[in-house]
Amino acid sequence: MSTEPTSTEHAGQGHASRATYWMVALILGIVTLLEVAVFYVPLLHAVIVPMLLVLSAFKFALVAAFFMHLKYDKPVLSMVFAIGLLVAVFIILALYLLFHVLARTPPAA
Amino acid sequence: MTAHATTYGIPHRKMAMWVFIGSECMFFGSLIATYLAYEGRSLTGPYPSEILNIPVTSVSTFVLLMSSLAMVLALDAVQRADRRQSALWLLGVMLLGATFLGFQVFEFTHFYGEGLSLEQNLFGATFFVLTGFHGAHVTVGVIWMTTLLVLLLLGKLPPERSLDVEVAGLYWHFVDVVWIVIFTVVYLIQ
Repeated sequence: MSTEPTSTEHAGQGHASRATYWMVALILGIVTLLEVAVFYVPLLHAVIVPMLLVLSAFKFALVAAFFMHLKYDKPVLSMVFAIGLLVAVFIILALYLLFHVLARTPPAA
Repeated sequence: MTAHATTYGIPHRKMAMWVFIGSECMFFGSLIATYLAYEGRSLTGPYPSEILNIPVTSVSTFVLLMSSLAMVLALDAVQRADRRQSALWLLGVMLLGATFLGFQVFEFTHFYGEGLSLEQNLFGATFFVLTGFHGAHVTVGVIWMTTLLVLLLLGKLPPERSLDVEVAGLYWHFVDVVWIVIFTVVYLIQ
């Protein structure tokens, strides 16, 4: 039986540089500021939901790709993550649809 | 520590952590779905718009994001066998995580003082369950980081065992991405 690759061997598969990590953190900070700004600007309230969802998804992707190393790791790990994520999104959309779109009448008191 | 490689050449513990993270996605997905399903259905206050403090939570969000930076720098330092930097960054993760928990304790105490509790209304029930479970995950992460720091200081965390830090890091970053979603869905989209 083969032995597990040592951590350092495994980790050496093209992880990002420290400069990249700092850059990602800077971008995450700026995007968070942008999110809060969007919340406080009345002019943007008409498009606040899609804007915030896009910004949030961007931050999520940055952390997953660079800090969690999915960009550099084997694709099977991204698939394992994506399956759980897809089920989660499905649950959220299904319940939202059931409670806010299909439920035409308010629940009985 | 040696173990057996998976068919994909990925250490078992790392693969196991990713499978766990996949299941955690479904767990938090269900809690977020429940929050959204009952959003706007509270019959009595306090309501989210009356009680949520965006500036304070923005700061705590920034703190958690920066803890992820400290985590990834700690892993990098352990892999380079730089004990001083490893200890510094692991301590940073611990302190930033504890600071985030401090913000959450402040928030929960304040909300309870304002009359929001688990039984008060649907907002209170879903909000406390969702953010409470997230806080519990952060607490576990802080304890995990503390054990790693102790191991490092005892000289039991050489570069060959950096997988221990990498797996803990995956957990920590996941807790961070969950908060990214919670911050947007609960706090900013009201």
